[in-house]
Amino acid sequence: MMDELLSGLLRSIADIDDIPTDGAYNIRKDGEGMARRSTETVQITPKSGKPGIDVRVAPFSKADRVHIPVVITKTGVNDLVYNDFYIGEGADVEIVAGCGIHNSGCEASEHDGIHRFFVGKGAHVRYVEKHYGEGDGTGERILNPTTEVHLSEDAVCEMEMVQIKGVDSTLRETTADLEAGAKLVILERLMTHGAQTARSNVEIRLNGAGSTAQIISRSVAKDSSEQVFYPRAVGNAPCHAHVQCDSIIMDDAKIRSIPEIAANHCDAQIIHEAAIGRINNDQLTKLRTLGLTESEAEAVIIEGFLK
Amino acid sequence: MLELKHVSFQVGDAHAQAEILRDVSFTLKDGKFFVITGPNGGGKSTLARLIMGIEKPTAGQILLNGRDVTDLDVTERARCGIGYAFQQPPRFKGLTVRRLLSLAHGSDLPEDACCAYLTNVGLCSRDYLNREVDASLSGGEVKRIEIATLMARDLEVAIFDEPEAGIDLWSFSMLVQSFKNLSRGRHKSVILISHQERIMQLADEILVVADGQVRARGSRDEMLPRLLGQFEEDCGFRAKEVTAQ
Ligand SMILES: Nc1ncnc2c1ncn2[C@@H]1O[C@H](COP(=O)(O)OP(=O)(O)OP(=O)(O)O)[C@@H](O)[C@H]1O
Ligand SMILES: [Mg+2]
Repeated sequence: MMDELLSGLLRSIADIDDIPTDGAYNIRKDGEGMARRSTETVQITPKSGKPGIDVRVAPFSKADRVHIPVVITKTGVNDLVYNDFYIGEGADVEIVAGCGIHNSGCEASEHDGIHRFFVGKGAHVRYVEKHYGEGDGTGERILNPTTEVHLSEDAVCEMEMVQIKGVDSTLRETTADLEAGAKLVILERLMTHGAQTARSNVEIRLNGAGSTAQIISRSVAKDSSEQVFYPRAVGNAPCHAHVQCDSIIMDDAKIRSIPEIAANHCDAQIIHEAAIGRINNDQLTKLRTLGLTESEAEAVIIEGFLK
Repeated sequence: MLELKHVSFQVGDAHAQAEILRDVSFTLKDGKFFVITGPNGGGKSTLARLIMGIEKPTAGQILLNGRDVTDLDVTERARCGIGYAFQQPPRFKGLTVRRLLSLAHGSDLPEDACCAYLTNVGLCSRDYLNREVDASLSGGEVKRIEIATLMARDLEVAIFDEPEAGIDLWSFSMLVQSFKNLSRGRHKSVILISHQERIMQLADEILVVADGQVRARGSRDEMLPRLLGQFEEDCGFRAKEVTAQ
């Protein structure tokens, strides 16, 4: 059985509080593999020569679920991993990743996950990644994820990346390239508070005819935190891309959104929408007329916005 | 019981001032159903916002059950039992109809209770419970959900601002029936802002607000014929003929 701290972290990032009873998993703790299981259709093997794992999902396997959480419970850990995912043709899989840091010391703890996805023809991947930090130490909690996605013909990848609490500094690099008929959906939700900083760079290259991409980013910046978004969509074929960034700004926070859309084909359709603003006053007033205080009303609005 | 005593509301600064409401006084007794009517821009919604505490009067007092609530903010007034269904309700990303009704009620509402409130405003409840109150809802749907949130509360004074606006003919009868039940049900007293004769038919009393003032007030039987006949005179409001030059 696990200690409270560990299961708490797992709950926050992977909705599990213990070792999963079914499906493949790899749990990494304080820079080392702690528990691992492969199944008939999902093979997880450690890399040789560098930290990290290879995850291979068998072609045409259906509805598998893979948990690969990373937890850091010590101060001063600097963890770098390379995880590669090979998703076989026609497979259907859900991957629950995520990183939780508990830092009660004074040194920085950092996890840099470098994830590469090779998604086979017609395969379907749902990827959920939650980032979470806690602990009363002064040491920073740092997460710098790099994600690289390669989608073959007609592959579908839905990615949900969430960072709601406790991460002091984050730099997220996401790149993707899409072959014909491939579809990518990225839903990014972010909340920063205190003096946190977060930067997210995304580059999507739509190379195949009929490929589509949708990036939805919703963020809330509180206190004196700072956020920068740099989404880029490049259409190299007849394709559709839609980038939507909505941010709520509060207190003394700062948000920058630098969208870039580029078309290198006359049938590339790329749309970008971005908005930064305060919480809508009418919404606040409406909830207050139901008896909520101003801060309760704010919390309800933010919760819905980030849902 | 709600009392307004010489309530005025001005906007603007020292250079440019506008008086939106001027010396409004009235008393609304418990168990009464009040309809406020009058021309567009007359000050009806402003009056509702003042009672709810969204705006502060520049003069006068507002009393609820004898207690001066003039200086209470919106949250405090809501907790005293004042409720206001907006003329133009805001929309919320990510907030479901069910959650909104529960927030209004003050505690988690079971599914069948939510359904009952929605049915009362003519919405087929199963389809709506888990929908978000966002831009995907039509104007009439948002309006009806707004009415349902007020129905989910126990209030001293419930104010509905043009609840019938944007609601189709078929649902309208249903709504009228719901308001009929309401006047004997949860809320001690009801203020309904409306331009509709069929809603005015429900009123114990009718108040005409025009040009920032109470222009007339009386029982339904006394007021309705006057309103239908001589509205123009009461309000100093007369259609002018447009002649082509
Ligand atoms: N904060 C404000 N600043 C300036 N003018 C205002 C303000 N609030 C209201 N008004 C004006 O006061 C008048 C009354 O507005 P109100 O919304 O109360 O009218 P109403 O009777 O509800 O009209 P309707 O029937 O169209 O809903 C309008 O002319 C409006 O433009
Ligand atoms: Mg109005």
